Amino acid sequence: MHKKLLTAACTAALALMAGGAQAQISGNVVKVGVLTDMSGTYSDLAGQGTVVATQMAIDDFVAQEKPAFKVEMVSADHQNKADISSNKAREWFEREGVDVATELVTTSTALAVMKVAKEMNRVTLMSGPGSTAITNEQCNDLTVHYTYDTYAMANGTARAVTKQGGKTWFFLTADYAFGHSLEKDSSAVVTASGGKVLGSVRHPFPASDFSSFLLQAQASGAQIIGLANAGADTTNAIKQAAEFGITPKQQLAGLLMFISDVHSLGLKNAQSMYLTTGFYWDLNDETRAWSKRFFDKQKRMPTMVQAGQYSSVLHYLKAVKAAGTDEAQKVMAQMKKTPINDFFAKNGQIRDDGRMVHDMYLVQVKKPEESKYPWDYYHVRQTIPAAEAFQPLSESRCPLVKK
Amino acid sequence: MTINNNGMFVRATPLLFGALFVIGLVAPFAVYPTFLMKILCFGLFACAFNLLLGFAGLLSFGHAAFLGTAGYICGMLVRDLGVTPEVGILGGTLAAAILGWVFGVLAIRRSGIYFAMITLALAQMVFFFALQWKATGGEDGLQGVPRGHLFGLIDLSNNIAMYYLVFAVFCVGFFIIHRTIHSPFGQILKAIRENEPRAVSLGYDVAKYKLLAFVLSAALAGMAGATKTLVFQLASLTDVHWHMSGEVVLMTLLGGLGTILGPLVGAGVIVSLQSELADKVGSWVTVIMGVIFVLCVLLFRRGIVGELQALIKRAGIN
Repeated sequence: MHKKLLTAACTAALALMAGGAQAQISGNVVKVGVLTDMSGTYSDLAGQGTVVATQMAIDDFVAQEKPAFKVEMVSADHQNKADISSNKAREWFEREGVDVATELVTTSTALAVMKVAKEMNRVTLMSGPGSTAITNEQCNDLTVHYTYDTYAMANGTARAVTKQGGKTWFFLTADYAFGHSLEKDSSAVVTASGGKVLGSVRHPFPASDFSSFLLQAQASGAQIIGLANAGADTTNAIKQAAEFGITPKQQLAGLLMFISDVHSLGLKNAQSMYLTTGFYWDLNDETRAWSKRFFDKQKRMPTMVQAGQYSSVLHYLKAVKAAGTDEAQKVMAQMKKTPINDFFAKNGQIRDDGRMVHDMYLVQVKKPEESKYPWDYYHVRQTIPAAEAFQPLSESRCPLVKK
Repeated sequence: MTINNNGMFVRATPLLFGALFVIGLVAPFAVYPTFLMKILCFGLFACAFNLLLGFAGLLSFGHAAFLGTAGYICGMLVRDLGVTPEVGILGGTLAAAILGWVFGVLAIRRSGIYFAMITLALAQMVFFFALQWKATGGEDGLQGVPRGHLFGLIDLSNNIAMYYLVFAVFCVGFFIIHRTIHSPFGQILKAIRENEPRAVSLGYDVAKYKLLAFVLSAALAGMAGATKTLVFQLASLTDVHWHMSGEVVLMTLLGGLGTILGPLVGAGVIVSLQSELADKVGSWVTVIMGVIFVLCVLLFRRGIVGELQALIKRAGIN
């Protein structure tokens, strides 16, 4: 009985608090939740680095904007499991008053969390996951897909490489839905840009021995071998291609690669590869300045996911301050209204489908002798303008997009 | 290991179960309900697994297939065909039972490591299927399953209502397992576990008993999987991956193999570790789990509940 009374009293108190703080910030605290992979395959490209980036964003925001409210951060390891991430997000929203769930590398965890967040009227900012489903079939009005997606990565690389003379392609594809869609999208772009797809081979997921697939790719005589796979599959394929002497006679194009992959492969294995990225630390003075600060804390240069994480959290916090509330719809309206201008993005814009569009960069990995200092990995070959980089709204399958 | 051997246990058991039942009823007001639901789902899964390993002596290394398949089927039924949650759970359970029969017919022809390998191989086929088939969503999983209204009446989006459904499902499953173990059928299973040739020489159709136990265990694992899908509103590859088959072995061993409550305790410990340590130690979770497993195997081989029972028994004798 006593417990019931207590529960009732607590509920009443909570209801009062919620009612009183409607127009402002609940509990005068904005809580940012970082859900990421701390221990698995993606811990290098996201992981602890995104926690560091988030803390930097919060510190910078507090120092520059001097807000009247407090900003706190919580973080957790979702272990790449959708049920753990959905469970954690639900707990954060229900019990710890978290206002925004961020990062979410691995698409299955991201999709799970954006559904929970929408149900509870909270914002989701995604930096790590890649699937275009987030802004198409599964889209909702409280989610921002910030840094990149597979469309931007694959199409950017495929189009640019074809236009630069890589006319004949052969695809090495991971045999599951993700690999298939990567291959399909890139093939379309190659053909549209005047290139020719000579063939493709599907390898099991995950695979460790690529020899027979690589030999088929070699026998095809294609100029470019497109790697429609990700993570360890990509790095293994690249290493073995170097061992077989396939590179540098034929060139590899990584359709989904990060600077952390290049770092672990080493320049000797990865040299001359083309890839698309949303951010490179050595792009200009602004990116260098931020990245050096990040390096001091993390002892690694930031990946685009980590840089995007900082940018998205800062943009969110500024929107909360400008809107004067942490109510999700109002903050989201503010975020969509304001262009993003920082070291990460110039004139970045969040569209109706939740896609943040910004310039992407086509880069080529340097040869070992061209690299002058640590982490000097890329030649930036081309800037892909925002309008070209991402899937056009006219092709969107998101019901929120009015056509 | 049987509780009936000791007079004290016979008297204490109804009391213990009664107390646990009451705790189960009030728990959602003290502890976060979603967390409890997860423990109950995995608890039921581990209990189902224990029915096979602990009481029939069959080590299946493919139980994730039943958990996952039922989850996917339940998710598709509820999300795509719009059936009510209870029909979804029944559908998932039925699918797991059928799959269990198929697995069982093939696997029980062999024993020991060969049995385990056949179940693993079949489960890997199910994993491949779940990865490739469009309807399961591949690596993105089956997302956005609505919890719906129980019998078309009770809104399950309320966490407390959902908890009581899960609790009821768990109790039903647990009761079935308890009854099975303490029935003549259960006694024969134990006889087969202890000495299979002898059971054969006594005239029992051992294959039939094993198959029935396998199907029952698969169906109950499926019941847990279907319920889990409703709780988390998703079914993903994690549930059909062989890691999950390994995790359930760990839960069962840690809690106490062949004890009725052990698997629930084991599931509780593992799930708590996974979710509580996630934000505190980060990447050390896997290391800590490994250390616990090693300690369990080295120091208390009977598992938590098994060791407790042995302790009480010793105290009783003295």
